[in-house]
Amino acid sequence: MSRRIHTLTVPSSTRYLEEVRDFVARHASDAAFEPDAVEQLKMAVDECCTNVIEHAYRGESERPIDIAVIVESDRLAVRIRDEGQAFDPSSYREPDLVQFARTRKSGGFGVHIMRRLMDEVRFRTYGRKNECYMVKYREGGRA
Amino acid sequence: MSNFSVGFRTTGNVQILDLRGELDAHTAAELEAAIQKCQREQEFRVLVNGSNLAYISSAGLGVFMAFIEEFRDRGGDIKIAALQPKVYNVFDLLGFPMLFDIEASEHEAIRKFDTVAR
Repeated sequence: MSRRIHTLTVPSSTRYLEEVRDFVARHASDAAFEPDAVEQLKMAVDECCTNVIEHAYRGESERPIDIAVIVESDRLAVRIRDEGQAFDPSSYREPDLVQFARTRKSGGFGVHIMRRLMDEVRFRTYGRKNECYMVKYREGGRA
Repeated sequence: MSNFSVGFRTTGNVQILDLRGELDAHTAAELEAAIQKCQREQEFRVLVNGSNLAYISSAGLGVFMAFIEEFRDRGGDIKIAALQPKVYNVFDLLGFPMLFDIEASEHEAIRKFDTVAR
């Protein structure tokens, strides 16, 4: 199978999250990913875009979020780019679910969820752009 | 446009919230308003029926987490029932059954409330 790239750009508002999920789900389904894997991809991408909106762009609703779904024979990758505040993964501490519930905090689970649902999650910043690159391998497709 | 809605029903002394559609960072405020309504009306026994809930993100889960301890402290709970398998599977993978009482059916969740009440 050749490499196929599908792109979508949306403004940085939560009102577009459903469109982003539908976009990712459509291409993952077309690439014959299992329904459970499609759900996991949708959620990982939703969490990433929500973090971009709330943290990178701090609620500014008209900045661009560029999403690319890259389908290869053994994997599906999603690349999400923004031009907001960079995320420093080294400063991130994995949340403890029970502790979070007890302290009555909500949110803060996005990166944890992305890492649990995807096989690889990488962050990088180059110039003014931040990029999150996530990979999900096909079942049995990982070497 | 949001395709999410919350319906209210009561069975005995359990307040039932029927969730429909997709619950994410855009629509979570609607769920928050619904749970705040229960809080204002001192209805701390809340059952969330997820049979028509097609999707939930951490923003939606965060709403439950923000309220669940208070509701339990007040002798109630926020129980979740009848989730679609695709939604439950993600819940399960992320370890949320450890935090929430998730039942297969509304009937089972009501029975659990009744058991505690006795």
